[in-house]
Amino acid sequence: MAEATLHTAPLDKARLLQWLQTYGVYAGVALLLVVNTVITPHFLSAENFRTQAVQVAPVIIVALGMALVIGTEGVDLSVGAVMALAASVTALYLGYGLLPALLVVALFAAGAGLANGALVALVGVQPIVATLALMVGGRGLALVLLPQLKDLHNPGLASLGSGDIAGIPYLILIAAALALLIAFVVRRTTFGRRLLAIGDSRPAAQLAGLPVRRVLIVVYVLSALLAAVAGVLATARLQASDPTSLGNLMELSAITAVVVGGTPLSGGRVNIGGTVAGAVLIQLLTATLIKHDLPPSWTQIAQAIVIVCAVYAARGRGKR
Amino acid sequence: MTATGTDTPVTTASNEPTAASEPVGSARSERLSALGQQHGALAVLVIVVLAASFGLDSFATGDNIANMATSSAFLAIVALGMTFVIITGGIDLSVGSLFALGGVLAAWGARHGSLLALLLPLVVCGAVGLVNGLLVARSRLAPFIVTLAAMLGARGLLLALTDEGADTYLIGKGTFLAHLGQGTTLGLGNPVWITLALFVAGAVVLRRTRFGQHVYAVGGNEDAAALMGAPVARTKILVYTMSGVLAGLAGALNAAWLASGVTILGNGMELDAISAVVIGGTLLTGGLGYLSGSLVGVLLLKVIQNVINQIGSLDSSYQQVVSGAFLAVVVIAQTWLGRRRQLM
Repeated sequence: MAEATLHTAPLDKARLLQWLQTYGVYAGVALLLVVNTVITPHFLSAENFRTQAVQVAPVIIVALGMALVIGTEGVDLSVGAVMALAASVTALYLGYGLLPALLVVALFAAGAGLANGALVALVGVQPIVATLALMVGGRGLALVLLPQLKDLHNPGLASLGSGDIAGIPYLILIAAALALLIAFVVRRTTFGRRLLAIGDSRPAAQLAGLPVRRVLIVVYVLSALLAAVAGVLATARLQASDPTSLGNLMELSAITAVVVGGTPLSGGRVNIGGTVAGAVLIQLLTATLIKHDLPPSWTQIAQAIVIVCAVYAARGRGKR
Repeated sequence: MTATGTDTPVTTASNEPTAASEPVGSARSERLSALGQQHGALAVLVIVVLAASFGLDSFATGDNIANMATSSAFLAIVALGMTFVIITGGIDLSVGSLFALGGVLAAWGARHGSLLALLLPLVVCGAVGLVNGLLVARSRLAPFIVTLAAMLGARGLLLALTDEGADTYLIGKGTFLAHLGQGTTLGLGNPVWITLALFVAGAVVLRRTRFGQHVYAVGGNEDAAALMGAPVARTKILVYTMSGVLAGLAGALNAAWLASGVTILGNGMELDAISAVVIGGTLLTGGLGYLSGSLVGVLLLKVIQNVINQIGSLDSSYQQVVSGAFLAVVVIAQTWLGRRRQLM
């Protein structure tokens, strides 16, 4: 309220803030790259870049779905649980072959997304609570299906996790392809337009005759499917299904990536490029701290500070 | 929707338009809806406890009940603070980390006397809560993202204090702190009595003080509350600080009970606390909530956990499935009841 009156005075400052909101995350990534080139030995090796990229790929994939959900002014806390669910279902059905197992995983994930979407769109529960229920229950279900870590021996899954084309691992290619696809969906399709309209103002979208419920349900299903893809890929890389710890705190990493990337939590805008850069930023930050032998405790504290700063910078745009 | 402290004014306000056409029926179903929202969890708790007492021989024994009460106490204290936060329309995801941090700080401080052991967790966790409150109220950041950051930060602080989780500090026997956590009075553990006292005090504050009225007003409609002259920012800051202090206290008591500051505790505790509060009938949109309901919610979660532990054939992961499903059912019922009340 008070901000509105102060708004007109320092135009340059406002412009700078806006620039920072949109491009700050890229500047951050560039800064970390430069700093690391100088201070970290062996940073510029292809091997290091490949390791970093393979580690960040699942986070990017989950964050893509999260960005869509946040674009509708929602949030999906269940992504970590869906990853765990995907891991245990993969282990259970791998006996029938890789493709049937993946189909069953997709079925489970779609079911999970449908449950979230129905609670949010049809029943009208707030997204935090609706997805909280599945976050608690989903991991429980994953553990009921597969109580402990299980080693997987499947050549197809192994090549999915560690194979590459021209030196670029499948994981990275899949993450990149999905990022392009989601960016296309947001920018160029009717569905993307509707999604942003709903995030901007749900009542207005309803009055304009948009299929609000259908779009919301599809968004949550997409988020769950992307989380399942990340779960399968992480499982393929590990060569083992680990429903106890796979995807733990993934919802936090994904939300952080989205927020740091300049997508406001108030909905109506989705920045896919920023989301990918946000995930990369956090990954590089963590890697930098670890490579310089700073303990994990400092990594967590640094991550907390980055989140608060990013949200603080994005604050002006969120309020209108 | 509700800008007032109790829900009675809402009842009368929403009744007026329909009063002429169908006074008796709508008033009755209206009251039923409100009753279901407030006491639904209690009814389920009674049913579950009765079923468990008949079905399981080991359930209704004195030992088991005393044990359940003590282990519920810590979550209940956390849920108490969470209820205040949620009634203002916010959420506090940092309580699990603060619970663990409080425990470690208490155990660390116990080497320098029980007073420091109690004060240190309250002050540090209260300070984290204060920062949460300032960021939410003054900088107007979204509560869930602020407290998410605090959750990471507090966990990081905890790891830094304990040499990355390798050190565990012990609490010596015979100290005042150990007595507070492990001693019993009239057959029930001291933490249980402390929890009950806190809930009574909390209920008085929420129902009978100006601050309590402000808490409801801020959650009901923030702009209206500000226009009426309620100190919105101060109320929010106080509420988050309280939540931090209570989480720290719960952690300290838990450490005293376990006689050590265990670093891995409190993971996912924020979810249990939120679930308990929501199950107890407090709306996550704010403005409406019951402390008694939160207590019932905690007991319900713990009784379900106890029953599942006692049925040997069931894996403990079933507990999560049951809790999740139960939470879903509760929010569906709540939304449905809420919508009925709005329509009438």
